[in-house]
Amino acid sequence: MISPDSDIHVRVRGLRFSFGSRVIYDGVDLDIARGKITAILGPSGTGKTTLLRLIGGQWRPKSGTIEVDGVNVNKLSRNQLFELRKRMSLLFQSGALLTDLTVFENVAFPLREHTDLPEAMIRDLVLMNLEAVGLRGARDLYPEQISGGMSRRVAMARAIALEPALIMFDEPFTGQDPISMGVLIRLVSSLNKAQGLTSIIVSHDVKEVLSISDYAYVISGGKVLDHGTPEAIRASRSEYAQQFLHGRPDGPVPFHYKSAKSYSDDLLEPAK
Amino acid sequence: MSRNRSVLGDFLRGLGGATFFLITILRALPGALLRPRLILQQLYYVGVMSLIIIVISGTFVGWILALQGFRTLTTFGATSALGVFVAATVIREMAPVVTALLFAGRAGSALAAEIGLMKATDQLSGMEMMAVDPIKRVIAPRFIAVLISLPLLTAIFAVMAIGWAGGHLIGVDLLGVDQGTYWGQIHAQIKLHDVIESIIKSACFGVVIGWISVYQGYFAAPTSEGVSRATTSTVVMSSLTVVGLDFVLTAFMFR
Amino acid sequence: MQSRALEILVGFFVCIGVAAVFVLTFRVASQDHVGSGGIYEVTAKFDNIGALTRGAAVKMAGVKIGSVKGISIDPKTFQAVVAIDIDKTRNDIPLDSTAKIMTAGLLGEQYIGLEPGGDDQSLQNGSEIKFTQSAFILENIIGQLLVSMTQKGKDSDSPAPAPANAPAPAPAPATAPAAKAAPAK
Repeated sequence: MISPDSDIHVRVRGLRFSFGSRVIYDGVDLDIARGKITAILGPSGTGKTTLLRLIGGQWRPKSGTIEVDGVNVNKLSRNQLFELRKRMSLLFQSGALLTDLTVFENVAFPLREHTDLPEAMIRDLVLMNLEAVGLRGARDLYPEQISGGMSRRVAMARAIALEPALIMFDEPFTGQDPISMGVLIRLVSSLNKAQGLTSIIVSHDVKEVLSISDYAYVISGGKVLDHGTPEAIRASRSEYAQQFLHGRPDGPVPFHYKSAKSYSDDLLEPAK
Repeated sequence: MSRNRSVLGDFLRGLGGATFFLITILRALPGALLRPRLILQQLYYVGVMSLIIIVISGTFVGWILALQGFRTLTTFGATSALGVFVAATVIREMAPVVTALLFAGRAGSALAAEIGLMKATDQLSGMEMMAVDPIKRVIAPRFIAVLISLPLLTAIFAVMAIGWAGGHLIGVDLLGVDQGTYWGQIHAQIKLHDVIESIIKSACFGVVIGWISVYQGYFAAPTSEGVSRATTSTVVMSSLTVVGLDFVLTAFMFR
Repeated sequence: MQSRALEILVGFFVCIGVAAVFVLTFRVASQDHVGSGGIYEVTAKFDNIGALTRGAAVKMAGVKIGSVKGISIDPKTFQAVVAIDIDKTRNDIPLDSTAKIMTAGLLGEQYIGLEPGGDDQSLQNGSEIKFTQSAFILENIIGQLLVSMTQKGKDSDSPAPAPANAPAPAPAPATAPAAKAAPAK
């Protein structure tokens, strides 16, 4: 057990999880420091999003424990879990904005659902949060009228509306042009600095993420391959980490998908 | 053989899952009733938006029944019974069944598609992560709106089919059945329990359509193909269930 | 503003929906006064009730005053016992009234017609209507007609209408008025 005011905000021990026969995690240990930005790096398809859903208690691990503020997420009842989730936010890759509500109403949504604040105060809070992400002017637009990068910024404004202690970003920079990527990077780091938010960023945009994070984990094949400060990761001698960081096409992760036969055998085999 | 068994197994599993889901919805209903604004919004999408198709179809069904009924009744020299022919057919069968079928196509499919898309775009997961229960916030208000709308639409359908614009227009104004006879026969033959049974039927259909469409949407595969399949199976399953259930209810109410 | 329009539209929808239910209930359906609690029950025994069913109308001078509540058979006399619910406001029907099973139109459904007698006492809950007249059975009439025709063939002196009543197979008090009922339609 860790006490709520410990330096460790989220502690994962011996995590195992699989989809059917496909093993996603095979014994993963993580410590997420309070008030810091922690990056989880890994190639596509390693189930990084799964990790965030496991921390949020949406899915249950096969074995292992996940503690948030010293509380085992998987031992909570539905109501206790909902209480816990009011103190954490998960930013989906798509933004997951409610398409039938305006930008303003989207940001107001958690406030309306969880508080009895008067309308005037909700309005002030929403405008403040929208101002923080630079989208106060877009408050009357609907989600389909704004770009993907803007959707993520609105989702950020919504995520901080209830002033959570923990915020998790799922691939926040994927598929963004350089300008909106720069905007998002600045926002993630300024949110962390201004509000002391514990931030977890799951990503494969190595350079950008390492530039703002305090600590990083490299995950592949269901295991933690390496972890340390960004400097340590960059200097890592792990072959895999080097391949991943520098984007080399071949290495421990082979260029060729596994095949039962050798190339020459396959070519020489008569066509059916 | 083993294939058949797995089809049966899938069916039973689906039915079990759907039943469990229905219980979850029913448990969320009291909480959802405390938020009338959400229900109001859904009443608009589910009820008001279905109004035009119901009014038009009701009118046409009234015309068709009046024409067909007149042809048949003429051979027995009983055209004075045209009013009761139209009214009995409409109130007992046509209004609840046709309204339910149209409603499944218009509102049920839209509900399934909407909920399926919300799932595919992580909106439902997002709500859950914001500590908002999507069953209470999204599913229950839509289910309630279906339950309220369908009986009202059925009554509107029946009035359109029997009334001035429907059967009356063809029977009295075009085919020359006496107006007093038209209404007199209806008054003499249609009983209050006919109307009550009609409304009970449509309420049952409402439960079935609401249940199927939110279930299909909520458990749709989160892809465009999954959503389109959910929409199709909502219409197919709702229609088949409505027709089957209509037989059961009619047999049950038939004395 | 937008939500105001929404409320108005939904309000409009619910209004016309409820109005439609009311129209169906009060303008289209006839109101069942009978069976709303204000009723009393009497019985009547018939030799043959024909196609009379539960729920059939009970009329006096063509006005509906009640309905058939149940039909059973008397284990001793093998007569049909018909339980009748009559509207409580009709509490002045003479005790010696006659109950007849009639047919609406040539092929229509059957109902019970009450013809008032002259007694000072009136029917009340649990009374039995003593004077009854069985259903008009088409087959019996045809049978009688055939018998009378064959008899006419053998014995041409015999007047035609008289034998129609005489060789009736059923007991006299019930069948004799049955034939009389036929021309009344």
